[in-house]
Amino acid sequence: MELVILVVISLVMIAAAIMAIYSKNLISAIISAGVVSLLASIIYLLLAAPDVAMTEAAIGSGLTTVVFLYALNKMRKSGEDG
Amino acid sequence: MQLITGLGFVLIMIGIWGMLTRKNMIKIVLGFSLIDTGIHIIMVSIGYIKGRTAPILNKAVDKAKALQEVVDPVPSVLVLTAIVIGLAVTALMLVYVVRLQKKKKSMQIDDHGELEW
Amino acid sequence: MGKRIIVIITLALFVFISLPLVLDFIPTQELSYVSQKYVKDGPEEVGAQNLVTAIIVTYRGFDTLGEVAVLFIATAGIGFILSREKWRKRKQRCSSSILQTGTRVLLPLIIMFGIYIFINGHLTPGGGFQGGVIIASGILVYILATPKNKLIDFLISLTESISGFGYVLLGVLGLILAAGFLDNSILPLGKFGRLFSAGAIPLIYSLIGLKVGSELVNILKYLRRD
Repeated sequence: MELVILVVISLVMIAAAIMAIYSKNLISAIISAGVVSLLASIIYLLLAAPDVAMTEAAIGSGLTTVVFLYALNKMRKSGEDG
Repeated sequence: MQLITGLGFVLIMIGIWGMLTRKNMIKIVLGFSLIDTGIHIIMVSIGYIKGRTAPILNKAVDKAKALQEVVDPVPSVLVLTAIVIGLAVTALMLVYVVRLQKKKKSMQIDDHGELEW
Repeated sequence: MGKRIIVIITLALFVFISLPLVLDFIPTQELSYVSQKYVKDGPEEVGAQNLVTAIIVTYRGFDTLGEVAVLFIATAGIGFILSREKWRKRKQRCSSSILQTGTRVLLPLIIMFGIYIFINGHLTPGGGFQGGVIIASGILVYILATPKNKLIDFLISLTESISGFGYVLLGVLGLILAAGFLDNSILPLGKFGRLFSAGAIPLIYSLIGLKVGSELVNILKYLRRD
C-alpha cells in the first residue's frame, strides 16, 4: 500500500518538474515548482521527519513562490520582454 | 528506501538539464531551486530506518527503549538549516536577475554578454 | 550543435556516477554512534522531548548562530542592491474590501498559531523556524491589505534588532553562568514534559523565531518597493 502511494507521488513530482522547465508561460512554471515542494513535504512525512515536513511546506511552497512572483512583477513593469 | 534516493537524483538531473539548456534567466533560477529540493530529499532519506518512528519521546515512544525505536535525528537537523539558507540564496539570485533586466531590458541571458557594467 | 553534445555528455556522466550509488545503497539497521549518544543522553542532560530541537539549540547551537548570520547577510545584500532606484511616487490604489475584512479576521489567528508553534518547540514537532515563517506570511497578508502603513516598518526593524541582540546575549550568559556558549541550564530544567521545562530552550527558540520571521518580512518589503 505504501509502495503504491510512493510510486504515484514520484510520477506526479517528475511530471511537475518537467513542466516547470518546459512550459512557455512563466507563471505556470513558477506554480509547478511550488507543487514539487508540496509533494516533497508529503515524502518527508512518510520518512518520519515531521519538523522538516513543516519547514518545507511553509518555505518551499509558500515563500519561494511569493518571492518569484514579486520578482516577475518588477520585471514586467519596467520592460515588456519575455 | 532506494526509490526515494533515486527520485532525489532524478530531480537533481532535471534541475541541471534546466540550468544548462534554458535561455530565460528566471528558468535558470528555477532549475537551481529544483536542485536544492533534490539534495534535501536525498539527505533525509539516508537517515531512515525501516519500521521506526519519529524522534520525539512522548507517550508513543518509551524513554528507556528509545534506542531501538527512533529514526536518526541528525540528518533532519542539517536539512532544516539548509532549507532556510536555500530560500535566502534564491532570493538574492532573483534580485540580481531583476537588476540585470533593468539595465538592458531583456530577460534572455544571451544579451548580457560583455563584462562591463 | 556542439553545445547539445556537451550537455548530453554531462548528463550521461552524472548518471554514470550516481547509478552505482543508488543501486548499492544498503539501508542502515542501527543508529550511528553520534546519534546513539544524542538519543541516550539527550533527555537527561537537556530535558527536551523533541530530540531535533535539543540538537539544534544546544548540541549544535553554533551552527544555528551561523545560519542566522547567513540569513542576515543575504537580507543586507538584497537591501543594498535594490536601494539605488528612484523612489517614484506612484499612485497607490487601495486594496479591495474582501482583502481588508479577511485580514482583520485572519491576522490575529495566524500570529497566535505561529507563537504557539515556537513556544511548544521542545514538546511537539515545530520550533523557531517554522513559527517564524508562519508569522512572516501573516504579516505579508497585512502588508498586502494596507499598503500605506508606515508604522509597521519601524516595528519590524526594531523586532529584528532586539531578537538578534537577545540571542547572542543569552549565549554569552550561558558562558558566564553555566558550562559553555548557549548552554540551557541557566534556567532550571524542571519536570520532563511540561511547558516550563528544558531550561532556556523556549526562550532561545522564541528569539530565533522572531528574528527569522522579521527578516523574511524585510526581504519581501524590499522586493515590493515601487
